[in-house]
Amino acid sequence: MVTPVIQVQDLSKSFGDNSVLRRVSINVDTGETVVIIGASGSGKTTFLRCLNRLEEPSAGTVRLDGNPVMNSGSEKQIADQRSQFGFVFQRFNLFPHFSALDNVAIGPEKVRGMSKSDARALAANELKRVHMSDHEMKRPVQLSGGQQQRVAIARALAMKPRVMLFDEPTSALDPELVQEVLDVMKELANGGMTMVVVTHEMNFAREVADRVIYMENGRIAEEGPPEILFREPKSPGAQRFLRHLTHE
Amino acid sequence: MTIDWGIIIKSMPLLGHGVVVTLQVSALASVLGLALGVALGLCSLSHSRPLRWIVAGYVDFIRGTPLLIQIFLVFFALPALGIRFDEFWAGVVALSLNSAAFVAEVVRGGVGSIERGQSEAATAIGMRHRQILVYILLPQAYRQMIPPLTNELISLVKNSSLLSVISVYELTRAGQAIISVHFVPFEIYTLLALYYYVLIKVLSWLSGRLERRLPTW
Repeated sequence: MVTPVIQVQDLSKSFGDNSVLRRVSINVDTGETVVIIGASGSGKTTFLRCLNRLEEPSAGTVRLDGNPVMNSGSEKQIADQRSQFGFVFQRFNLFPHFSALDNVAIGPEKVRGMSKSDARALAANELKRVHMSDHEMKRPVQLSGGQQQRVAIARALAMKPRVMLFDEPTSALDPELVQEVLDVMKELANGGMTMVVVTHEMNFAREVADRVIYMENGRIAEEGPPEILFREPKSPGAQRFLRHLTHE
Repeated sequence: MTIDWGIIIKSMPLLGHGVVVTLQVSALASVLGLALGVALGLCSLSHSRPLRWIVAGYVDFIRGTPLLIQIFLVFFALPALGIRFDEFWAGVVALSLNSAAFVAEVVRGGVGSIERGQSEAATAIGMRHRQILVYILLPQAYRQMIPPLTNELISLVKNSSLLSVISVYELTRAGQAIISVHFVPFEIYTLLALYYYVLIKVLSWLSGRLERRLPTW
């Protein structure tokens, strides 16, 4: 049997008395695209952030290729392990003092120890993948939100991650800029990248997801292939959530 | 009272020598203070708790004691421990140590004001704390650090007049020498005030230009 890329076992997270994640367990297989949906406050973002330990889980384990993702060990080990996860933020978080190219090159150069010219060559390649070759030398402020998010995706890809995590990547975008980002993500998924995507874009979930997870109150309330979960949700929460979305 | 214009004319070039020493002391102390202050500021942002405590203690000590006492400590007390400077260098060292504490706070505040998403994004691609500070946070903090650093530089130039008490022949000391010979306190202290005022004006103007030249994003 092939080891899943990610194995999550009983992952929990509380902030003080507030339980945000309650014993969440899932596996994600190589090349699979998992879309997580749910109301705000359901724990989707926290779940994603606990995978690469931007947030420290309160309990439970995450394994990447069978190896536990640790919070102990040297700072370098932890950082190296974290860089196996590509993370795309809602608000892009590009480095404003770097060009698009250097935003992508900084990781390979400083974390992987590549030479500046090799790192830039790699960065140029990744920018090409997200159709941003024409904007290599621009600073983030000179780019539209959609372009910034594509650079942010290239920045994550340049680390050659085992899996890509997307945290509501189109929520901060003007409506006309959403599609260009979703198209890039779709190309990635079709190219065999393993992805976990938190999003409200139901059409994307329908077309691209292998599996959809509906979260509620920090738990996985329901999961299944999109065509089934969207057509006949079983849990009352999912039914309500999907009804609200279609009415919007 | 009558103003002795003759002594004013005669003093202007004499005080010029004092200005040069004041500028030398200030320039050396600001460069050393800046270097030490940035280093201390980075230490106060490090993950090491003992390091943060040491810096916090240092800043607290400098803020909690008069500069004049710090100058005396460097000039009169350190020699008892076998560390000896002449007047000039004792002055430079005392001002640098004093300035470094304030610069450290400016660095800490400047870096702390950068949006959290920046260090999260850098963390996510596997950068380590020190790399994030050096390559991501500090470069973005430079511009907003300029006004408080200018204030610090202005204080430093003004504070350098205290070095007259350990006989550094800077602007204030040069003026006092003239007063002790000719007894013209009104003319000379007014002139000193003017000299300092012009020095400070020039520095603020330069800092304003520098701030406008640094990039915004």
